[in-house]
Amino acid sequence: MSASWLLGLGVTTLRLGVPYIMAALGGTVSERAGVINIALEGLLLLSALAAALGAPHGAAAAALAGLGAGLAAAAVFGLLTVLLRANQVVCGVAMFLLADGLSRFLLKVVYGSTSNSPRLGQLEGHWAPLFVTGALLAGLLLHGLLGATTFGLRLRAVGEHPAAARSLGVPVHRVRLLAVLLSGLLTSVGGIWLVFDQRQFVALMSGGRGFIALAAMIFGGWRPLGAVGAALLFALAEALAVRLQAQGLPLPNYAVQMLPCGLTLVALGLRGAMGTRGSRPPAALGQPLD
Amino acid sequence: MSAPPPLCEAVDLSVRYGSLWANRGVSLAVRPGEVVALVGENGAGKSTLLHALYGLVPLDGGQVRYHGQPVVPSPQRAIAAGLGLVHQHFMLVPPLTVAENVILGQEPRKHGLLDRRRAEEEVRALAVRHGLAIDPRRPVADLSVGEAQRVEILKVLYRGARLLILDEPTAVLTPAEAEGMLRVLRQLVSDPAGGRGLLLVTHKLDEVMAVADRVVVLRQGELVASLPAQACSPAEIARAMVGRELQPVRRHPRPAGPAEVALAVHELVVERDGVRRLDGVTLQVRAGEVLGIAGVEGNGQTELCAAVMGLLPVRSGSVQLASAAGLRDITHLPVRARREAGLAWVPEDRHRHGLVLDFSLADNLLLGHEGAFCTGWLPWLQVIDRRRLLRHGRQLLDEYDIQPPEVQAPARALSGGNQQKLVVARELSAQPRVILAAQPTRGVDVGAIQTIHAQLLGARDRGAAVLLVSAELDELQKLADRIAVLYRGRIRAVLDNPPSCPVQRARLGELMAGGMA
Repeated sequence: MSASWLLGLGVTTLRLGVPYIMAALGGTVSERAGVINIALEGLLLLSALAAALGAPHGAAAAALAGLGAGLAAAAVFGLLTVLLRANQVVCGVAMFLLADGLSRFLLKVVYGSTSNSPRLGQLEGHWAPLFVTGALLAGLLLHGLLGATTFGLRLRAVGEHPAAARSLGVPVHRVRLLAVLLSGLLTSVGGIWLVFDQRQFVALMSGGRGFIALAAMIFGGWRPLGAVGAALLFALAEALAVRLQAQGLPLPNYAVQMLPCGLTLVALGLRGAMGTRGSRPPAALGQPLD
Repeated sequence: MSAPPPLCEAVDLSVRYGSLWANRGVSLAVRPGEVVALVGENGAGKSTLLHALYGLVPLDGGQVRYHGQPVVPSPQRAIAAGLGLVHQHFMLVPPLTVAENVILGQEPRKHGLLDRRRAEEEVRALAVRHGLAIDPRRPVADLSVGEAQRVEILKVLYRGARLLILDEPTAVLTPAEAEGMLRVLRQLVSDPAGGRGLLLVTHKLDEVMAVADRVVVLRQGELVASLPAQACSPAEIARAMVGRELQPVRRHPRPAGPAEVALAVHELVVERDGVRRLDGVTLQVRAGEVLGIAGVEGNGQTELCAAVMGLLPVRSGSVQLASAAGLRDITHLPVRARREAGLAWVPEDRHRHGLVLDFSLADNLLLGHEGAFCTGWLPWLQVIDRRRLLRHGRQLLDEYDIQPPEVQAPARALSGGNQQKLVVARELSAQPRVILAAQPTRGVDVGAIQTIHAQLLGARDRGAAVLLVSAELDELQKLADRIAVLYRGRIRAVLDNPPSCPVQRARLGELMAGGMA
């Protein structure tokens, strides 16, 4: 294994890590406020779709469309789960199913195919450094937001003991809604990157990364920097598989795709065996407040 | 100079839940410098009254005034008018620090960020000023209940409260902690510069006598007495609360001669989270005897009960239970087998371990005794004989005076005292050989205490062995034939406590605090 091989592996890891990192951060901010966010996969997919649809008008339009879609989808999810107190897990799964159906429908309407868009030449360019830096920076910023601002303090309080927060005049619903919106915004960057990276939208292109990001969030102990670290670990697994395959190792394609998911199960098992040492889920996770 | 208006006032206040009047025509005022104790049985409407004053429940009649001004109460207005409510159950966020919990919602800022240093300094200064010493940087999860209660007081003081409203602030405190807390509260009110007042809900009449200027008694939602504290006795207050004369519970001396050992614990060692919680505990409880376990919370009582019940693994040592064929080792039996062998448990936390709150009273009485209420039809299927269960349930509700006597009502609908009576009724109804009763009257009113004490002593007189874990010295003096003091996981001393010559409280307190045996 040469140094350049390792360097290449590192670069690939960072590049593949962007969607994991962004979705894991999105999950972290939402769950720290007490809202289970299984909608991450759907958010990735919807923002990717919107970015692809915006791409003909240029890269900036693509990014804006992606961010807008993430925000809008999160607003729907927040309305249902926070204000209407719908079941968070079921809504999250429904968001994903909706995202898949909607993306195939719009693909058909716009491009006449239900499986993929044509190549999006407008997205040519070296975007990787920007997105990778942005993702790592987002982890640091979220860490600061949770730890050093009044909003962060209130957000954590709302996720742990919403009744106590409310008794002190903290607007619980508003804080949770803002957390979910921020979650949508962060996650959508991951979806946008998928399209910028592949210069194409493909049905189900999120490929379970939103679900794996949930594992990264848990493995990272519901902390932003932990989530970034865990997301990079999963990305490393994917990068390793990709590079080994590229070197002609006779690995079937599906086995490669399984690697991050298999690692997810192992990681969650380890996390479970570690018990609650170090960190535990927010105490009010999944509990709406009436 | 005219007297300042009351800090807060209820005038002919009424609150209704469905067809039930929780408060009816209640008038009450608290003035600066005054401590008003609000007493009454569970379900008498005390908490409702506090919540109505604080704007947490809407009024169905009457008026609330802050500083003499009529208002439509709301928590925001209440806080702005200087009312501070300390809830019965802690309203603290465990992973956050003391300072964070205190400032939450009114955070000091610097450059738009949370000014943690200023927050900690302000909280520390506030704590020192009022004698509530506590490190603002500690996470609340690491605090004892006594310390957590201090944080609750700091929270309302930080918001500039002048009328402190406390709902059973000492219910979960040890005697020493409670004493300290009351002293702090008394000081807060007697400071003439503060102009503060205190409205205190409590079940403990000795506390009322120690701290209150005036006693207000509620019964079934109505105000039945408002008396100056110096002018009345605990017995008078108890009579007003219950509405009838209370028969004192008496423990008869044990018959002479040795009785058989019903529960024997030998050199029991239990570890939890890597800490040795029981460090070689040996004790025996005989049939027809109450053995009291005295000790400040956290000295191993919880672990002792859990280990005897089979809920915690035992590191070494043994637990033996009497059976028809002499003592039998149950150290490694599962919980169900222990119960079937004649062990009953009244857990200290009735919500977590004692009841399924959304089950009916009848179903709660069934739990753990399923086998006793089966029809003969298809025995392997264990079909429940509901008619027999309901009949049994009604009988127990009557025997234990559980209100309302509705076997089909959910357990959640009962007041704390009635819930606890339900647990005791279930556990004692199976005629157990050995009863573990952990804090059986915590947070329970005088009427329910009397019922529970009478039933525990009744079981003893019928030959059951009772292991009574309690932080209430009165309770131990009254019920226990012998009192073992548990300190840091070891039995410090075992004292005889005959009815004719009870153990001295001071002696007990000294041993509980680690004094020499």
